[in-house]
Amino acid sequence: MYAQMVKSEATDEDPAKLAAFQARIDAGERIEPKDWMPEGYRKTLIRQIGQHAHSEIVGQLPEGNWITRAPTLERKAILLAKVQDEAGHGLYLYCAAETLGISRDELTEQLLSGKMKYSSIFNYPTLSWADIGAVGWLVDGAAIMNQVPLQRTSFGPYSRAMIRICKEESFHQRQGYDLIRKMAEGTPEQKAMAQDALNRFWYPSLMMFGPSDKDSVHSTQSMAWKIKINTNDELRQKFVDQTVPQAEFLGLTIPDEHLKWNEDKGGYDFSEPDWNEFYEVLKGNGPCNADRMEARTRAWRDGEWVRDGLMAHARKQTSRRVAAE
Amino acid sequence: MSSEWPLWEVFIRGQHGLNHRHVGSLHAPDAELAIRHARDVYTRRNEGVSIWVVPSAQITASAPSEKGPLFEPANDKVYRHPTFYDIPDEVGHM
Repeated sequence: MYAQMVKSEATDEDPAKLAAFQARIDAGERIEPKDWMPEGYRKTLIRQIGQHAHSEIVGQLPEGNWITRAPTLERKAILLAKVQDEAGHGLYLYCAAETLGISRDELTEQLLSGKMKYSSIFNYPTLSWADIGAVGWLVDGAAIMNQVPLQRTSFGPYSRAMIRICKEESFHQRQGYDLIRKMAEGTPEQKAMAQDALNRFWYPSLMMFGPSDKDSVHSTQSMAWKIKINTNDELRQKFVDQTVPQAEFLGLTIPDEHLKWNEDKGGYDFSEPDWNEFYEVLKGNGPCNADRMEARTRAWRDGEWVRDGLMAHARKQTSRRVAAE
Repeated sequence: MSSEWPLWEVFIRGQHGLNHRHVGSLHAPDAELAIRHARDVYTRRNEGVSIWVVPSAQITASAPSEKGPLFEPANDKVYRHPTFYDIPDEVGHM
Protein backbone atom coordinates (compact mmCIF):
# COMPACT_ATOMS: atom_id res chain seq x y z
CA MET A 1 0.00 0.00 0.00
CA TYR A 2 1.43 3.33 -0.98
CA ALA A 3 -0.65 5.27 1.50
CA GLN A 4 -0.28 4.17 5.10
CA MET A 5 -1.82 5.48 8.27
CA VAL A 6 -3.66 8.28 6.53
CA LYS A 7 -5.39 10.18 9.29
CA SER A 8 -9.07 10.84 8.60
CA GLU A 9 -10.12 14.42 9.27
CA ALA A 10 -13.17 15.08 11.35
CA THR A 11 -15.89 17.05 9.70
CA ASP A 12 -18.48 19.36 11.25
CA GLU A 13 -20.80 20.52 8.55
CA ASP A 14 -24.51 20.74 7.93
CA PRO A 15 -25.86 17.24 8.74
CA ALA A 16 -28.33 17.38 5.82
CA LYS A 17 -25.50 18.10 3.37
CA LEU A 18 -23.37 15.37 4.90
CA ALA A 19 -26.21 12.86 4.62
CA ALA A 20 -26.81 13.76 0.97
CA PHE A 21 -23.09 13.43 0.27
CA GLN A 22 -22.93 10.03 1.96
CA ALA A 23 -25.99 8.91 -0.02
CA ARG A 24 -24.20 9.76 -3.26
CA ILE A 25 -21.20 7.68 -2.19
CA ASP A 26 -23.39 4.80 -1.07
CA ALA A 27 -25.12 4.85 -4.45
CA GLY A 28 -21.73 4.35 -6.10
CA GLU A 29 -21.58 7.82 -7.63
CA ARG A 30 -18.22 9.49 -8.13
CA ILE A 31 -17.45 12.79 -6.48
CA GLU A 32 -15.91 15.29 -8.90
CA PRO A 33 -13.71 18.29 -7.99
CA LYS A 34 -16.43 20.94 -8.39
CA ASP A 35 -19.02 19.01 -6.34
CA TRP A 36 -19.70 19.97 -2.75
CA MET A 37 -17.67 17.80 -0.37
CA PRO A 38 -17.06 17.81 3.39
CA GLU A 39 -13.86 19.56 4.40
CA GLY A 40 -12.70 16.35 6.11
CA TYR A 41 -13.13 14.37 2.90
CA ARG A 42 -11.10 16.94 0.96
CA LYS A 43 -8.29 17.08 3.52
CA THR A 44 -8.10 13.32 3.96
CA LEU A 45 -7.90 12.83 0.20
CA ILE A 46 -5.17 15.44 -0.20
CA ARG A 47 -3.20 13.60 2.46
CA GLN A 48 -3.77 10.18 0.91
CA ILE A 49 -3.26 11.08 -2.76
CA GLY A 50 -0.30 13.29 -1.83
CA GLN A 51 1.32 10.48 0.13
CA HIS A 52 0.66 8.13 -2.75
CA ALA A 53 2.26 10.59 -5.22
CA HIS A 54 5.29 11.14 -2.99
CA SER A 55 5.71 7.36 -2.75
CA GLU A 56 5.86 7.04 -6.53
CA ILE A 57 8.56 9.70 -6.73
CA VAL A 58 10.64 8.57 -3.73
CA GLY A 59 10.18 4.99 -4.98
CA GLN A 60 12.36 5.85 -7.96
CA LEU A 61 15.39 6.21 -5.69
CA PRO A 62 16.00 2.59 -4.58
CA GLU A 63 15.54 1.34 -8.16
CA GLY A 64 17.40 4.21 -9.82
CA ASN A 65 20.31 3.11 -7.64
CA TRP A 66 20.82 0.12 -9.99
CA ILE A 67 20.25 1.63 -13.45
CA THR A 68 23.95 2.16 -14.15
CA ARG A 69 24.80 -1.31 -12.83
CA ALA A 70 22.17 -3.42 -14.58
CA PRO A 71 23.85 -6.61 -15.83
CA THR A 72 22.67 -6.37 -19.46
CA LEU A 73 21.54 -3.64 -21.83
CA GLU A 74 18.09 -5.24 -21.97
CA ARG A 75 17.70 -5.21 -18.17
CA LYS A 76 18.91 -1.62 -18.13
CA ALA A 77 16.29 -0.56 -20.71
CA ILE A 78 13.58 -2.38 -18.73
CA LEU A 79 14.60 -0.77 -15.44
CA LEU A 80 14.77 2.68 -17.05
CA ALA A 81 11.27 2.19 -18.49
CA LYS A 82 10.00 1.07 -15.10
CA VAL A 83 11.50 4.02 -13.23
CA GLN A 84 10.12 6.34 -15.93
CA ASP A 85 6.64 4.86 -15.31
CA GLU A 86 6.96 5.65 -11.60
CA ALA A 87 7.63 9.30 -12.45
CA GLY A 88 4.53 9.22 -14.65
CA HIS A 89 2.45 7.70 -11.84
CA GLY A 90 3.63 10.47 -9.53
CA LEU A 91 2.49 13.06 -12.07
CA TYR A 92 -0.99 11.51 -12.51
CA LEU A 93 -1.42 11.53 -8.74
CA TYR A 94 -0.10 15.04 -8.10
CA CYS A 95 -2.57 16.28 -10.74
CA ALA A 96 -5.41 14.40 -9.04
CA ALA A 97 -4.46 16.00 -5.70
CA GLU A 98 -4.26 19.44 -7.33
CA THR A 99 -7.96 19.22 -8.31
CA LEU A 100 -8.66 19.44 -4.55
CA GLY A 101 -7.14 22.91 -4.28
CA ILE A 102 -3.55 22.35 -3.27
CA SER A 103 -0.58 23.24 -5.49
CA ARG A 104 2.24 20.96 -6.59
CA ASP A 105 4.75 23.20 -4.80
CA GLU A 106 2.77 23.04 -1.55
CA LEU A 107 2.69 19.24 -1.75
CA THR A 108 6.45 19.08 -2.29
CA GLU A 109 7.13 21.53 0.52
CA GLN A 110 4.97 19.48 2.89
CA LEU A 111 6.96 16.37 2.02
CA LEU A 112 10.27 18.14 2.59
CA SER A 113 9.14 19.65 5.90
CA GLY A 114 8.09 16.19 7.11
CA LYS A 115 4.41 17.14 7.30
CA MET A 116 3.56 14.59 4.61
CA LYS A 117 4.91 11.05 4.33
CA TYR A 118 5.72 8.48 1.70
CA SER A 119 5.45 4.69 2.04
CA SER A 120 7.70 3.11 4.67
CA ILE A 121 8.95 0.54 2.15
CA PHE A 122 11.22 3.01 0.35
CA ASN A 123 13.30 3.49 3.46
CA TYR A 124 14.93 0.12 2.88
CA PRO A 125 18.08 -0.17 0.74
CA THR A 126 18.53 -2.12 -2.51
CA LEU A 127 21.79 -3.87 -1.75
CA SER A 128 22.06 -6.32 -4.64
CA TRP A 129 20.72 -6.77 -8.16
CA ALA A 130 18.31 -9.42 -6.85
CA ASP A 131 16.66 -6.67 -4.78
CA ILE A 132 15.45 -5.08 -8.03
CA GLY A 133 13.61 -8.32 -8.72
CA ALA A 134 12.22 -8.43 -5.18
CA VAL A 135 11.00 -4.83 -5.43
CA GLY A 136 9.07 -5.53 -8.65
CA TRP A 137 7.70 -8.85 -7.45
CA LEU A 138 6.86 -8.01 -3.83
CA VAL A 139 6.66 -4.22 -3.49
CA ASP A 140 4.80 -3.65 -6.75
CA GLY A 141 2.79 -6.80 -6.03
CA ALA A 142 1.67 -5.33 -2.69
CA ALA A 143 0.99 -1.96 -4.33
CA ILE A 144 -1.22 -3.61 -6.97
CA MET A 145 -3.16 -5.41 -4.22
CA ASN A 146 -4.00 -2.00 -2.81
CA GLN A 147 -4.46 -0.10 -6.03
CA VAL A 148 -6.82 -2.47 -7.83
CA PRO A 149 -9.72 -1.83 -5.40
CA LEU A 150 -8.90 1.91 -5.39
CA GLN A 151 -9.97 2.03 -9.03
CA ARG A 152 -13.47 2.09 -7.49
CA THR A 153 -12.70 4.84 -4.98
CA SER A 154 -15.31 7.58 -4.65
CA PHE A 155 -13.20 10.52 -5.88
CA GLY A 156 -13.33 10.62 -9.69
CA PRO A 157 -9.83 11.96 -10.49
CA TYR A 158 -8.20 9.53 -8.03
CA SER A 159 -10.17 6.61 -9.41
CA ARG A 160 -9.22 7.46 -13.00
CA ALA A 161 -5.55 7.89 -12.07
CA MET A 162 -5.68 4.44 -10.43
CA ILE A 163 -7.13 2.90 -13.59
CA ARG A 164 -4.23 4.24 -15.67
CA ILE A 165 -1.69 3.19 -13.07
CA CYS A 166 -3.04 -0.36 -12.67
CA LYS A 167 -2.82 -0.87 -16.42
CA GLU A 168 0.89 -0.11 -16.23
CA GLU A 169 1.70 -1.93 -12.99
CA SER A 170 1.43 -5.43 -14.39
CA PHE A 171 4.62 -4.88 -16.38
CA HIS A 172 6.36 -3.79 -13.18
CA GLN A 173 5.51 -6.89 -11.22
CA ARG A 174 6.19 -9.28 -14.07
CA GLN A 175 9.60 -7.86 -14.91
CA GLY A 176 10.49 -8.21 -11.22
CA TYR A 177 9.36 -11.81 -11.05
CA ASP A 178 11.13 -12.60 -14.32
CA LEU A 179 14.33 -11.05 -12.97
CA ILE A 180 14.31 -12.90 -9.65
CA ARG A 181 13.35 -16.13 -11.42
CA LYS A 182 16.47 -15.85 -13.61
CA MET A 183 18.52 -15.57 -10.44
CA ALA A 184 16.68 -18.33 -8.59
CA GLU A 185 17.32 -20.64 -11.54
CA GLY A 186 20.95 -19.51 -11.85
CA THR A 187 24.13 -20.48 -9.99
CA PRO A 188 23.96 -21.31 -6.26
CA GLU A 189 25.41 -17.86 -5.57
CA GLN A 190 22.70 -16.20 -7.64
CA LYS A 191 20.00 -18.24 -5.95
CA ALA A 192 21.42 -17.23 -2.56
CA MET A 193 21.17 -13.58 -3.60
CA ALA A 194 17.52 -14.10 -4.59
CA GLN A 195 16.80 -15.75 -1.21
CA ASP A 196 18.58 -12.94 0.63
CA ALA A 197 16.49 -10.35 -1.22
CA LEU A 198 13.28 -12.19 -0.28
CA ASN A 199 14.45 -12.44 3.33
CA ARG A 200 15.00 -8.70 3.57
CA PHE A 201 11.93 -7.54 1.62
CA TRP A 202 9.31 -9.94 2.98
CA TYR A 203 8.35 -8.23 6.23
CA PRO A 204 8.76 -4.66 4.96
CA SER A 205 6.36 -5.65 2.13
CA LEU A 206 3.81 -6.93 4.67
CA MET A 207 4.14 -3.58 6.49
CA MET A 208 3.07 -1.75 3.34
CA PHE A 209 -0.56 -2.59 4.14
CA GLY A 210 -0.38 -0.68 7.41
CA PRO A 211 -0.98 -1.84 10.99
CA SER A 212 -3.37 -4.62 11.92
CA ASP A 213 -7.07 -3.71 11.77
CA LYS A 214 -7.34 -3.90 15.54
CA ASP A 215 -4.75 -1.08 15.79
CA SER A 216 -5.75 0.88 12.74
CA VAL A 217 -7.46 4.00 13.99
CA HIS A 218 -8.15 5.75 10.70
CA SER A 219 -10.12 3.18 8.78
CA THR A 220 -13.79 3.65 9.65
CA GLN A 221 -14.40 7.11 8.21
CA SER A 222 -12.21 6.45 5.16
CA MET A 223 -14.08 3.25 4.43
CA ALA A 224 -17.46 4.99 4.74
CA TRP A 225 -16.22 7.58 2.25
CA LYS A 226 -14.86 4.81 -0.04
CA ILE A 227 -11.40 6.35 0.08
CA LYS A 228 -10.31 3.02 1.48
CA ILE A 229 -12.02 -0.09 0.14
CA ASN A 230 -10.54 -3.06 2.04
CA THR A 231 -9.07 -3.34 5.50
CA ASN A 232 -5.31 -3.63 5.98
CA ASP A 233 -5.55 -7.23 7.18
CA GLU A 234 -7.75 -8.34 4.28
CA LEU A 235 -5.26 -7.04 1.74
CA ARG A 236 -2.27 -8.43 3.63
CA GLN A 237 -3.89 -11.88 3.71
CA LYS A 238 -4.60 -11.74 -0.03
CA PHE A 239 -1.02 -10.73 -0.70
CA VAL A 240 0.40 -13.61 1.33
CA ASP A 241 -1.93 -16.14 -0.30
CA GLN A 242 -0.94 -14.95 -3.74
CA THR A 243 2.80 -14.72 -3.07
CA VAL A 244 3.53 -18.00 -1.29
CA PRO A 245 2.97 -20.22 -4.38
CA GLN A 246 5.06 -17.80 -6.43
CA ALA A 247 7.97 -18.21 -3.99
CA GLU A 248 7.50 -21.99 -3.99
CA PHE A 249 7.72 -22.07 -7.77
CA LEU A 250 11.07 -20.29 -7.53
CA GLY A 251 12.32 -22.75 -4.92
CA LEU A 252 12.71 -19.88 -2.46
CA THR A 253 11.64 -19.98 1.19
CA ILE A 254 9.43 -17.33 2.79
CA PRO A 255 11.34 -16.30 5.94
CA ASP A 256 8.55 -17.24 8.34
CA GLU A 257 8.69 -20.49 10.30
CA HIS A 258 5.04 -20.09 11.30
CA LEU A 259 3.79 -19.89 7.73
CA LYS A 260 1.20 -22.63 7.34
CA TRP A 261 -1.83 -23.33 5.16
CA ASN A 262 -5.03 -23.05 7.15
CA GLU A 263 -7.71 -25.17 5.54
CA ASP A 264 -10.54 -23.64 7.59
CA LYS A 265 -9.97 -20.07 6.49
CA GLY A 266 -8.71 -21.08 3.05
CA GLY A 267 -5.57 -19.00 3.47
CA TYR A 268 -2.15 -19.04 5.08
CA ASP A 269 -1.43 -18.34 8.72
CA PHE A 270 1.66 -16.15 8.92
CA SER A 271 3.72 -14.09 11.35
CA GLU A 272 3.05 -10.39 11.68
CA PRO A 273 5.91 -8.06 10.90
CA ASP A 274 7.69 -6.29 13.74
CA TRP A 275 5.38 -3.30 14.24
CA ASN A 276 7.91 -1.49 16.41
CA GLU A 277 10.22 -1.46 13.41
CA PHE A 278 7.36 -0.09 11.28
CA TYR A 279 6.67 2.79 13.67
CA GLU A 280 10.40 3.54 13.96
CA VAL A 281 10.68 3.72 10.16
CA LEU A 282 7.65 6.05 10.01
CA LYS A 283 9.29 8.24 12.65
CA GLY A 284 12.30 8.62 10.38
CA ASN A 285 14.58 5.99 11.88
CA GLY A 286 14.64 3.47 9.02
CA PRO A 287 17.89 2.54 7.26
CA CYS A 288 17.42 5.05 4.40
CA ASN A 289 15.05 7.78 5.64
CA ALA A 290 17.81 10.37 5.87
CA ASP A 291 19.19 9.47 2.41
CA ARG A 292 15.78 9.64 0.75
CA MET A 293 14.89 13.01 2.26
CA GLU A 294 18.34 14.33 1.49
CA ALA A 295 17.96 13.30 -2.17
CA ARG A 296 14.52 14.94 -2.45
CA THR A 297 15.66 18.11 -0.68
CA ARG A 298 18.75 18.37 -2.87
CA ALA A 299 16.73 17.88 -6.05
CA TRP A 300 14.31 20.59 -4.95
CA ARG A 301 17.05 23.03 -3.93
CA ASP A 302 19.33 22.39 -6.91
CA GLY A 303 16.40 22.62 -9.31
CA GLU A 304 15.24 26.01 -8.03
CA TRP A 305 17.13 28.03 -10.66
CA VAL A 306 15.65 25.82 -13.39
CA ARG A 307 12.11 26.33 -12.10
CA ASP A 308 12.73 30.10 -11.87
CA GLY A 309 14.08 30.08 -15.43
CA LEU A 310 11.05 28.20 -16.73
CA MET A 311 8.68 30.67 -15.10
CA ALA A 312 10.66 33.65 -16.43
CA HIS A 313 10.49 32.15 -19.93
CA ALA A 314 6.73 31.57 -19.62
CA ARG A 315 6.18 35.17 -18.50
CA LYS A 316 8.28 36.48 -21.38
CA GLN A 317 6.35 34.41 -23.93
CA THR A 318 3.02 35.59 -22.52
CA SER A 319 3.99 39.24 -22.62
CA ARG A 320 5.24 38.86 -26.21
CA ARG A 321 1.97 37.25 -27.23
CA VAL A 322 -0.03 40.00 -25.54
CA ALA A 323 2.11 42.66 -27.26
CA ALA A 324 1.55 41.00 -30.63
CA GLU A 325 -2.23 40.91 -30.26
CA MET B 1 -16.50 41.24 -38.70
CA SER B 2 -17.28 37.54 -38.63
CA SER B 3 -20.94 36.74 -39.10
CA GLU B 4 -20.76 33.48 -37.12
CA TRP B 5 -20.60 32.57 -33.47
CA PRO B 6 -17.31 30.97 -32.47
CA LEU B 7 -16.86 27.19 -32.50
CA TRP B 8 -16.73 25.15 -29.27
CA GLU B 9 -15.52 21.59 -28.70
CA VAL B 10 -17.86 19.50 -26.56
CA PHE B 11 -16.87 16.81 -24.07
CA ILE B 12 -19.43 14.60 -22.32
CA ARG B 13 -19.02 12.40 -19.27
CA GLY B 14 -21.16 9.40 -20.11
CA GLN B 15 -21.40 7.95 -16.62
CA HIS B 16 -20.24 8.76 -13.14
CA GLY B 17 -16.54 8.08 -12.79
CA LEU B 18 -15.64 8.02 -16.48
CA ASN B 19 -13.48 10.55 -18.31
CA HIS B 20 -15.16 13.26 -20.35
CA ARG B 21 -14.92 12.24 -24.01
CA HIS B 22 -14.91 14.43 -27.06
CA VAL B 23 -18.21 14.08 -28.87
CA GLY B 24 -18.14 16.91 -31.43
CA SER B 25 -18.42 20.66 -31.76
CA LEU B 26 -21.00 23.41 -32.12
CA HIS B 27 -21.37 27.17 -32.47
CA ALA B 28 -22.33 29.38 -29.54
CA PRO B 29 -21.82 33.02 -28.55
CA ASP B 30 -20.37 32.21 -25.11
CA ALA B 31 -19.52 29.37 -22.73
CA GLU B 32 -22.85 29.33 -20.95
CA LEU B 33 -24.83 29.04 -24.16
CA ALA B 34 -22.36 26.50 -25.51
CA ILE B 35 -23.27 24.25 -22.55
CA ARG B 36 -26.99 24.72 -23.22
CA HIS B 37 -26.57 24.00 -26.89
CA ALA B 38 -24.43 20.97 -26.13
CA ARG B 39 -27.20 19.69 -23.89
CA ASP B 40 -29.66 20.01 -26.80
CA VAL B 41 -27.36 18.75 -29.56
CA TYR B 42 -25.47 15.94 -27.84
CA THR B 43 -27.49 14.63 -24.89
CA ARG B 44 -31.05 14.28 -26.17
CA ARG B 45 -30.98 10.59 -25.22
CA ASN B 46 -29.59 10.98 -21.76
CA GLU B 47 -26.02 10.39 -22.93
CA GLY B 48 -24.29 12.18 -20.12
CA VAL B 49 -23.98 13.35 -16.54
CA SER B 50 -21.65 16.27 -17.19
CA ILE B 51 -20.59 18.54 -20.08
CA TRP B 52 -17.35 20.43 -20.74
CA VAL B 53 -17.02 23.01 -23.50
CA VAL B 54 -13.74 24.52 -24.73
CA PRO B 55 -13.32 27.20 -27.43
CA SER B 56 -12.03 25.33 -30.50
CA ALA B 57 -9.44 28.06 -31.01
CA GLN B 58 -7.92 27.05 -27.65
CA ILE B 59 -7.19 23.48 -28.75
CA THR B 60 -3.58 22.86 -29.72
CA ALA B 61 -3.17 19.66 -31.71
CA SER B 62 -0.10 17.74 -32.78
CA ALA B 63 0.55 17.89 -36.51
CA PRO B 64 -0.48 14.72 -38.39
CA SER B 65 2.88 14.83 -40.22
CA GLU B 66 4.65 14.46 -36.86
CA LYS B 67 3.00 11.13 -36.10
CA GLY B 68 6.20 9.22 -36.83
CA PRO B 69 8.64 11.23 -34.68
CA LEU B 70 6.09 11.44 -31.84
CA PHE B 71 4.93 7.86 -31.58
CA GLU B 72 7.38 5.57 -33.32
CA PRO B 73 9.95 5.64 -30.50
CA ALA B 74 7.48 3.56 -28.42
CA ASN B 75 7.38 0.79 -31.04
CA ASP B 76 10.70 -0.82 -30.22
CA LYS B 77 10.09 -0.84 -26.46
CA VAL B 78 8.14 -4.08 -26.32
CA TYR B 79 9.44 -4.67 -22.81
CA ARG B 80 6.97 -2.05 -21.54
CA HIS B 81 4.17 -4.56 -22.13
CA PRO B 82 3.39 -7.22 -19.53
CA THR B 83 3.20 -9.92 -22.22
CA PHE B 84 6.92 -9.50 -22.89
CA TYR B 85 7.59 -11.55 -19.74
CA ASP B 86 6.98 -15.24 -19.66
CA ILE B 87 5.16 -16.02 -16.39
CA PRO B 88 4.47 -19.74 -15.78
CA ASP B 89 0.80 -20.64 -15.35
CA GLU B 90 1.55 -22.32 -12.01
CA VAL B 91 2.29 -19.02 -10.25
CA GLY B 92 -1.13 -17.57 -11.03
CA HIS B 93 -2.23 -14.25 -12.44
CA MET B 94 0.27 -11.42 -12.28
